[in-house]
Amino acid sequence: MPEIGTDRWVAEFESRRVRREGPWGRLVDWTSRHWLGLFVVAAVVYPFVIGGDFGIRVGVNALLLAMLAIGLNVVVGYTGLLDLGYVAYYGLGAYGYAFLASEQFGIHLPTLLVVGVVALAVFGIGLVLGQPARRLVGDYLAILTLFFLQVFVELALNLDRLDLPFVDGPVSITGGPNGIAGVDPMEIFGFRFGQVRDYYFLLLVLVVFLIVGVTNLARSRTGIGWRAIREDTLAAEHMTIPSGRLKVLAYAFGAAVAAVSGTVFAAVQLGVFPQNFTVALLIVVYAALVLGGEGSVPGALVGALIIAMVPELLRTPAGARLLFYGGLAVAALTLVKPRRRLLVVVPGIVATGLAVRSLVTALWPDLVDVEAAGMVDRWVVRFVPSADVVVSVLFIVTIAVVLGIVAVRRRGAKDALVVVGVYLLVLVWENRLVEEPSITRQLLFGALLVVLMVARPHGLLGRPRVEVV
Amino acid sequence: MEFFLQQLVNGLTLGGVYALIALGYSMVYGILKLLNFAHGDVYMVGAFAGYAVLVAFGGPTDPRIPVVVLIFAMFLAGMAASGILGVVIERFAYRPLRNAPRIAPLISAVGVSFFLQNAALLVAGARFRSYGTAKMVDPSTGLQWGPLRISIIRIVVILSAVALMVVLHLLVKRTKLGKAMRATAYDREAAAMMGIDVDRVIVATFLIGSVLAGAAGVMVGLVFSRVFHFMGFIAGLKGFTAAVIGGIGSIPGAMMGGLLIGLAEAFSAGYISSTFQNLIVFGLLIAFLLIRPRGIFGVPEPVKV
Repeated sequence: MPEIGTDRWVAEFESRRVRREGPWGRLVDWTSRHWLGLFVVAAVVYPFVIGGDFGIRVGVNALLLAMLAIGLNVVVGYTGLLDLGYVAYYGLGAYGYAFLASEQFGIHLPTLLVVGVVALAVFGIGLVLGQPARRLVGDYLAILTLFFLQVFVELALNLDRLDLPFVDGPVSITGGPNGIAGVDPMEIFGFRFGQVRDYYFLLLVLVVFLIVGVTNLARSRTGIGWRAIREDTLAAEHMTIPSGRLKVLAYAFGAAVAAVSGTVFAAVQLGVFPQNFTVALLIVVYAALVLGGEGSVPGALVGALIIAMVPELLRTPAGARLLFYGGLAVAALTLVKPRRRLLVVVPGIVATGLAVRSLVTALWPDLVDVEAAGMVDRWVVRFVPSADVVVSVLFIVTIAVVLGIVAVRRRGAKDALVVVGVYLLVLVWENRLVEEPSITRQLLFGALLVVLMVARPHGLLGRPRVEVV
Repeated sequence: MEFFLQQLVNGLTLGGVYALIALGYSMVYGILKLLNFAHGDVYMVGAFAGYAVLVAFGGPTDPRIPVVVLIFAMFLAGMAASGILGVVIERFAYRPLRNAPRIAPLISAVGVSFFLQNAALLVAGARFRSYGTAKMVDPSTGLQWGPLRISIIRIVVILSAVALMVVLHLLVKRTKLGKAMRATAYDREAAAMMGIDVDRVIVATFLIGSVLAGAAGVMVGLVFSRVFHFMGFIAGLKGFTAAVIGGIGSIPGAMMGGLLIGLAEAFSAGYISSTFQNLIVFGLLIAFLLIRPRGIFGVPEPVKV
């Protein structure tokens, strides 16, 4: 006898859930149910394990990125609005904090008031600038918001020598390219934030609040409405969902979240600078969101942590080497199939290296740096600094060979290309990439984005969705 | 009046360049509905390829071949390099994502753009390169028309931009390939059912768009003489603005939009303030998107349910 007023199908949802089998499956299941607790424990322990200010600063950046990604998830992941101006609100938050708590205008308001005012103000700005979302769809909204960001950057860069009526001399509002330095540290209930660690825990609290809030919001009527709009705006409207209002709300909500993280960002680095709020950051936030899988809060969190932490490993040459050769080994393992062909490929790589080295040393002895004496240097050719052009050309050739590996299907040819490609990669790496760590990071980041999208367009934790066309 | 005409010429030169970039954006969007964020960087690579040829033949001061041939070779190299690059990008970064969610190719494009910028930084270094056109061609030669003087290099740039656009127009309107492109842009599935090899049409679109961008890169190098790894971003953004103002997906629209942006930029730099020159262009775009989102030549697409 079915109970009246109870939806049996919904009530029995938990019991119908398919459990994963085996100890590994149980672990995965358990992790996916307790991810927030696990994250909090790990995040609380992290600063004590890592020690050192630098490690904590990395943690702060990761948490800031997580906040941004989770906020963006509401706009892009839930509601499906492609907001490419998101970073502008982060910047507005940071500049807002700097205006109200620094010597720029000589205003020093209490922190909580500043954060509240900035969040509300940016929410309001979001409500206004979000209006076009009612009418513009898809890429047109993306374009428009991208230009909001550009306008913000231009304003931040150029509002430093403004001639205003009734004021003598040019007025600097944003400080131009130099930004505003000397922003007050935060102070909440008499507690003055002195160290990076203080901000770390503040951010942790904020992130947890945000996660709980957004998860609950997603289950509310509003959240369901957002996702309905994402799936099919027209159908949602027919279900009496006020799509225009909800879109603007999602847009403004994301803006407010970004603004709050912006205030913390301004306080933690004690200043705001226009170059912090450009398309580069936008790409990083999107990468974090898409890496984790849009529409998934744990996905946004995991994506942000990966994007913020992994590149830090590339900062030291030792860490970068480890990551590079590790990645190379994994790539070789996945590319060469069946695995026993590795027995030919690996010696082939070694032999190629030795052969090329002796050949180059014999033909163009003045190009080779014989002083280099590392273990790898005895195998790979180390060029003298004046052979710059050769390395540049080899770099381009390497890209071509790597692309060739992807394109070629025939096994023999593929293996041959793998041999050449791995050798060339090591060569270019040892000769050039190791010496330019910051460029290398960006380069690998770009390549990674493409590879990731091609391999897993739905992100790590996202579920494939059926797109209604 | 003289100043006005000078700015007009400036605007036309700039506009020609923006139009060529805009065409690539517009054609790709028309067919794939993809914002090809890497397009600006394709243009940057074209400019660098032109520079490489210039250096290979002895640099601007004493080139080993006649200047006319050299400039022609630079154009060819820039167009070839960009064309190949465009096809490679399509093959490896976009084709696997044909049926993925809309945001995936967008992110992939951003990744390509990042990769290309940093690859150029790695290969060519961070400093500005200059074509040194003034050393190659005497800047005082050219048309003298009252107080107005147009240097020969500007004439070459404007004329070749116009020539390229005419060729493109004929290609799209008169050839079989052009017909296939128009059909694919109109409805990809239906075009495939009519026996059009859609993949080949897409490759051709990328090739043509990228070749035009490469030509634009060399033109900018010749006239404005600054080539660097990040030049693609702002130029791409403006070309893109031009495409949107003209009505994205529309070829005459891209040409009109490019000219409009070029003129707006030249006149706002000349008459209002060069500090806010970008701001004015972006403001124009925002206003346009709000009032007429489909652009000048765009036709509203009916929503199918």
